[in-house]
Amino acid sequence: MKDYKVWVLALALFLIGGALFVYKWQGLGYPLLPDEQTRIWTVEATLKFDAGPAPVPAKVTLYVPALTPGFAILDENFVSRGFGFTTRYVTGGRQVQWAVRRIKNEQTLYYRATIYKDPLQAESDTTPPFPAPPRLRDAENIALQQLLGQIQSQSADPASFTVELLKRLANPGTDQNVLMLLGSGTGITGRAVTAITVLAAAQIPARLLRGVYLVDREQQARLLPWLEVHDGERWIYFDPATGAQGLPENFLIWWRGSAPLYTRDGGGKTEVQFSVQRNEVDPVLVAERRANAWQSRIADFSMFSLPIQTQAVYGVLLMIPLGALLVVFLRNIVGVATFGTFMPVLVALAFRETEVVAGVILFSLVVALGLLFRFFMEHLRLLLVPRLASVLIIVVLLMALISIVGHQLGLDMGLSVGLFPMVILTMTIERMSIVWEERGPTEAIQQGVGSLFVAALCFSVMDIGFFKHLFFVFPELLLWLLAITLLLGRYSGYRLFELVRFKSFADRVP
Amino acid sequence: MFGLARRLSASGVLGINARNCRYILKHNPRHLYPLVDDKLATKRLAIAAGLPVPELYGVITSHHDVRRLPELVAGHRDFVIKPAHGSGGDGILVVSARVRDGSAYRLVDGTIMDGDDIGHHLSNMLSGQYSLGGHRDVALIEYCVKFDPIFSECAYRGIPDIRVIVFRGYPVMAMLRLPTRRSHGKANLHQGAVGAGLDLATGETTCAVIGNSVVTEHPDTGAVIAGRQIPRWEYLLDFAARCHELTGLGYLGVDIVLDRDLGPMLLELNVRPGLNIQIANRCGLRDRLRVIEARPAGVSVKERVAFSMGSLLQPAAVAI
Repeated sequence: MKDYKVWVLALALFLIGGALFVYKWQGLGYPLLPDEQTRIWTVEATLKFDAGPAPVPAKVTLYVPALTPGFAILDENFVSRGFGFTTRYVTGGRQVQWAVRRIKNEQTLYYRATIYKDPLQAESDTTPPFPAPPRLRDAENIALQQLLGQIQSQSADPASFTVELLKRLANPGTDQNVLMLLGSGTGITGRAVTAITVLAAAQIPARLLRGVYLVDREQQARLLPWLEVHDGERWIYFDPATGAQGLPENFLIWWRGSAPLYTRDGGGKTEVQFSVQRNEVDPVLVAERRANAWQSRIADFSMFSLPIQTQAVYGVLLMIPLGALLVVFLRNIVGVATFGTFMPVLVALAFRETEVVAGVILFSLVVALGLLFRFFMEHLRLLLVPRLASVLIIVVLLMALISIVGHQLGLDMGLSVGLFPMVILTMTIERMSIVWEERGPTEAIQQGVGSLFVAALCFSVMDIGFFKHLFFVFPELLLWLLAITLLLGRYSGYRLFELVRFKSFADRVP
Repeated sequence: MFGLARRLSASGVLGINARNCRYILKHNPRHLYPLVDDKLATKRLAIAAGLPVPELYGVITSHHDVRRLPELVAGHRDFVIKPAHGSGGDGILVVSARVRDGSAYRLVDGTIMDGDDIGHHLSNMLSGQYSLGGHRDVALIEYCVKFDPIFSECAYRGIPDIRVIVFRGYPVMAMLRLPTRRSHGKANLHQGAVGAGLDLATGETTCAVIGNSVVTEHPDTGAVIAGRQIPRWEYLLDFAARCHELTGLGYLGVDIVLDRDLGPMLLELNVRPGLNIQIANRCGLRDRLRVIEARPAGVSVKERVAFSMGSLLQPAAVAI
């Protein structure tokens, strides 16, 4: 009956912890491994124009990324000295508008966006209305209807229609209809525009979009056209150059529609350049930003929201449950005897400063010398609390002595004793001396070595960088530890050491 | 390793985890622990129920009272000092005689302690050195049992006692504990005393162990241990079984001493009795506990003892 409750509780804890963990890991993109890096791209659009020698008012608009399937914007800046700027949503995406009352000579405006890959960033566009039939001259209209008839007979749905159309536009050969419709626009963009016209005649919504490839490093990134066709349910993408369906993995959509990338009042020489640069950043940064963007409360409860010093403290504290679980395992499943239940975990924390080997040596040295002193004090017949206090004082003196002698000998390990838990050492000495007297030296040393062994093991596990990172980034995994501990709490099987203790029984069973 | 665990399980050995999980946590309500952990409370309870206990000479409760010791033990040649909350026999002093005109005490293992030594030991005891959890404690000064001559050749100095595991009021297993030189006259197995299994039906010693190894003779006296009959066995089991009603605890270790003049006396009760009794008896506890678990509640002491002595409980006891 009770077992059933424990199992249900453990399962609940496991599921809650697991759900939070998976959401943060897969949803928000918190990194599972400590040295993981997230790729980000810095994309910069540089707009240069010459306002001429006399001061004139200037107004410039530039399309900037808005709907970007597969990518999300981590950060963006508009660098424009002296200009006021606003952004607004317009047909085809988002525009930034720079404006200034009086300006002259060459001007440079920058738009810089930091982009990261986000598979969850999906197309959230609406279903478009059916396009109006294109208005063409008679001759062209006839060509269009003929082409339409040919393609419709060779296709089944908007996708195959588009593929067939793009194929014909790419290789017009001697097809007069196609040549007439293309006119002078035989470039890729021209073919895409022509395709949209034909698709409109076929009552298929389509639009042109332009974007850049996110590569490692490119000073002069080219804007490439892409074709977007709505098949009645969702938008599908086509490469107007090859007719291939789909959007390349690292293609960032800049804007949609046939409107120009930029406009400038007053004309004159204007040019826009794109550059792309790939960087690596701490994925936690991206995850926190994303959590904020989604208005998820998770990031507010993250360890990273704490001040740095507190974070350092929790980096240590969050490892204690792991040590405690290990102690439960070693005591209840293996059966190792230790002084004090969680004393080894605290000693393991002290090992963080000293490293294991030096820590074990220091621990043994202090306890051994302390024990000697404790046996001597037995003759003085001190009351318990004053005796404990004097052992404590001796322990502090011993540690100071070890540090000084160690330093004189040029050993640095002696200097790292600072955080060694003196009170715990004192209690260990006291407990050990009582066990020594009452149960004999064998058991006292056995328990002492057991404690040290458990402490060293705890330290080794608590010092694994992967665990440190994991519990810091995903503190909800402590619920898993709790679930495991609850289950271990109902473990009623033999301890490993009992197998040895009761071995004679097993030998009698065939 | 798993094969070993499986064979151990087949032999019916009870492990510590199983003991704690299935028996102690389930049958021993926490609020009853103080009755057993405090030996003074146990003693009062036993006296009220009419169970014989070693006579209490006095209780030392404060450091100030330590000097009253000679006064408390004035009329007695030998006596025992024990912490009321001690565990596992730690801190117990057995004084066998006064030496140096009464200014010093000789312990049962031959050590001489003067008044100051004893006073220091007492004040440590009061400060909680031997109590569970290091809480303040009191010291009991009580009658030193004169052990029954039947044990004279198989006990080294200290006082042998009989440990009976009582589950739901049924004695389920018993052993005789014999002090050795190594145990300093104490009857605790982990301190090096001999543990001899007892046949529940007859009260005869079967085999013996020191630690985990089997012995046939007492290491100090050389006397053969097997085949000794405990006198008034049925009465003894009855005695042990009544401790269930005394405390209300379901899983209990009852320690009984046999006094030469006064007969069986309750020494102490234990809520977490050790598992070495299985080695001493060369028999696992688990199957016996399961038999008892299936028995109905509210059975009289007499019937319970009769059941325990019957063949239902230890059918395999002869197959050693």
